[in-house]
Amino acid sequence: MTDNEHEIEQPDERVPKRVIGTPAPGTSMLGTAETTEADQDVPGVTLQDPVKARKAEKIVALCFTITFLAAIAFIISYVYFQVGSPEATGTSNLALGSSLTIAILGLAVGIVIWVRQIMPKYSLIQERHTMASDEADRDVVAETFVRGANESGFVKHKLLRRTLLLAAAPLGLVPLVLLRDLDNSRMPGARFNKELRHTVWGTKTKEGKPLRLVVEGTGQPIRAADFNSPGGILSVVPEGYQHDLNALAKATLILIKFRPEEIKSGTRLNWTHDGIVAYSKICTHVGCPAALYEQNTHHILCPCHQSTFDAADGAKVIFGPAARPLPQLPITVDAEGYLIAQGDFEVPVGPSYWERGDAEAAAREKGGQA
Amino acid sequence: MSELKATPKAIAGPSNFLDERLGGANFLKRNLRKIFPDHWSFLLGEIALYSFVILLLTGTFLTLWFKPSMMEVAYDGSYAPLKGVMMSEAYASSLEISFDVRGGLLMRQMHHWAALLFVAGMTVHMLRVFFTGAYRKPREINWIIGVLLLTLALAEGLTGYSLPDDLLSGAGLRITEGVAISLPLVGTYITFFLFGGEYPGEDVISRFYSLHILLIPGILLALVTAHMVLMWVQKHTQMPGKGRTNQNVVGAPFYPAFMAKAGAYFLFTLGVISGLATFTQINPIWLFGPYTPADISAGSQPDWYMGFLEGSLRLMPPWEINLFGTANAGTLPLSVIIPALVPMGIIMTGLALYPFLERWVTGDNREHHIADRPRNNPHRTSIGIAAMTFYGVLWLLGANDEIAANFHVSLNHTTYAGRVLVFVGPALAYLITYRICLGLQRSDQAIVSHGVESGVIKRLPHGEFIEVHTPPSEDIEAHMRGKEPVPMLPVDEDSSGIPPKGMRGPLGKLRGRMSRAYGGEKIPLDDGHGHEHEDEHAAIGSGGSDDRSITH
Repeated sequence: MTDNEHEIEQPDERVPKRVIGTPAPGTSMLGTAETTEADQDVPGVTLQDPVKARKAEKIVALCFTITFLAAIAFIISYVYFQVGSPEATGTSNLALGSSLTIAILGLAVGIVIWVRQIMPKYSLIQERHTMASDEADRDVVAETFVRGANESGFVKHKLLRRTLLLAAAPLGLVPLVLLRDLDNSRMPGARFNKELRHTVWGTKTKEGKPLRLVVEGTGQPIRAADFNSPGGILSVVPEGYQHDLNALAKATLILIKFRPEEIKSGTRLNWTHDGIVAYSKICTHVGCPAALYEQNTHHILCPCHQSTFDAADGAKVIFGPAARPLPQLPITVDAEGYLIAQGDFEVPVGPSYWERGDAEAAAREKGGQA
Repeated sequence: MSELKATPKAIAGPSNFLDERLGGANFLKRNLRKIFPDHWSFLLGEIALYSFVILLLTGTFLTLWFKPSMMEVAYDGSYAPLKGVMMSEAYASSLEISFDVRGGLLMRQMHHWAALLFVAGMTVHMLRVFFTGAYRKPREINWIIGVLLLTLALAEGLTGYSLPDDLLSGAGLRITEGVAISLPLVGTYITFFLFGGEYPGEDVISRFYSLHILLIPGILLALVTAHMVLMWVQKHTQMPGKGRTNQNVVGAPFYPAFMAKAGAYFLFTLGVISGLATFTQINPIWLFGPYTPADISAGSQPDWYMGFLEGSLRLMPPWEINLFGTANAGTLPLSVIIPALVPMGIIMTGLALYPFLERWVTGDNREHHIADRPRNNPHRTSIGIAAMTFYGVLWLLGANDEIAANFHVSLNHTTYAGRVLVFVGPALAYLITYRICLGLQRSDQAIVSHGVESGVIKRLPHGEFIEVHTPPSEDIEAHMRGKEPVPMLPVDEDSSGIPPKGMRGPLGKLRGRMSRAYGGEKIPLDDGHGHEHEDEHAAIGSGGSDDRSITH
């Protein structure tokens, strides 16, 4: 190496301090490298420069003081800001939350500065040992186990062993048996799926009349002559069940008024009244209410998973994960001109289940014979 | 300022009392200065731990007012728009916490934010452990505990989300019911038992409540404790670096440095959650109204960790099978069963089995305490990124209505795209990640065997210009040299062409092939051309003989 090369070449300073993707050199997590090596009496423990530490102490003290003040501000806010209206709650939330946040962050920042600037930097080494125990210890345990097993007589006394296992088996079933009454209706399990086949539309009022369709929310019965703007849509529930969530979970309807020429072959015409069609609102995918309706395309859309049904064509599926059309409810009008249900849905509404079977095909067969 | 010469009386007295009864000094002697290695990625799991603590604290506060009852009452609180509306006691008491309890809204929002952060913390922590291979022997048990924790956290989130009984939480509950009832054979039984009869019934809130505040958190607490104890006993892994070996731990002692840092980190987590709860509204239940199965708000979205299930439900084509035709049995709603069970099954089972599959493929039965850099096990990293892509596509498609609305694309097209991407995305991610890993290994190789560009241009006597390279700093080189080849089974055939024992059957052959692909050294660190050509360079550039510089 020649002297003049040394003059142009200063590789040490020009080496990048750090390559991306590698840790910072040294223990920079604990502060900068300006420390005194003089005080170092334990290897791996580098004490901080006392001057810097004193400076850091002041910052830490400031942080802790902020916490002190913010915590007091929290208590004052709690007493001062009352709740009781959305605006007051908002103010209270802001005052309590910001004072709490400042108090906690003040403490957190203070401690971090304390650790990084006042505590020593550590690079201590501890030995690891393999997790497995010594061979000798294992032998002792194995021996002890065998001796204990023999002493207990579990091995020798066959009858004891077998009856114990026999005893344990039904005992294990006890917790499961106890869960049987989780179903509060106490009906036989085989009837569960039969419940799912019916809705309250199949029942009558106290006077023995079929149920009227009423508007969800207001509970108003619907006079067919008044529901006369084509493209109109209503969310409809059964009369007398407006607040029965179990009934609503199956019986809620979506009622749509069509021009007669818009209705296609999928819709059962004798189940409509003057262009008014009623479909179950409960999506056949997983049961969300299919609440969105697009007037131009006659599409009913379920907002949960975007199953899309063609309302003009028997609510058949045209997009999305639902596999079956929304069941249509047979409707007509009573003597006073109000919309009523002719009877229950012909097929189960809502999501599919194991015992459902191809109810649509069954209904078609029945209809064909009639 | 004076230093302590002995333990102060106020501490020595109680310590003596305890030690005479518990003998704690023996334990503390060994553990007070336990060493914890330092790396930013080791802090991710702590976010989850501290969020859990915050969940327990804020959750306890909420239980003091919340009434887990579905009894219908007329609302009589201070939120005017809902005055007189019939609603469940659960919803009414959630509104009371929000509007009529001082600090109640703050605690409710902190609880929700902490829940989101809890699952997020667990997820990123799990990814860190996966990509650095920190699940390897002896830590497989802790890994499985972690997978259980993640699964339970999802269940805990689901049950908690349903409690306020507002319209949005009811939509989630309805989907839960729709999924449960779709299960073959047992579906109707499960839903009738869960809801106490037909959906929604009057029991599910109180049942979810006991699951949410007692059963699941109890198991979580036990598992978190076991997770910590195992970590403590097995000692933390460390990143490769100077002086770090498989037989030691290098870092800061528990007392005082790590303890203080951990405390500060808890406070940071708490501060961030409290700040979020102050300034960022979450789940404004009063806007949704009480639950009724007849209504829904458009644009309903679950909490983020349920998004991938939501997305898979949305992606699925409308498949349904009736095994026995019109008979009252045999309906398989595949458009519900498959998306609800398969992605979750693939991800959770895959996670739980990965350490064992990897060990089967590599035949590696050694203990590992040095974390891998992700690039150094390219197949594992690619599998991980492919799984993340699979999850990510499902997650993104869980919000496809929002994507369609905000970016003005057809909703149907987002679904069609998702159906393709969920298969193509992971495959592409695998290939790209694999190439990136090898590229990064090559860059390491270049740095180790070839040095770092110094920025110094030198002119050689015959006129050629070269850039002087200098060796990387010791720390960086040690970090890179921590790489070791991915272990491989002895797959080579012997001289007569017979594969080794255990690799002869179809399964054995597959194992051998997988081992050959997965294991081995793809880019050896010291094979860079820097070394090969060193002599040549030295011969050409006489100045290259500087002992600190390797020239090119």
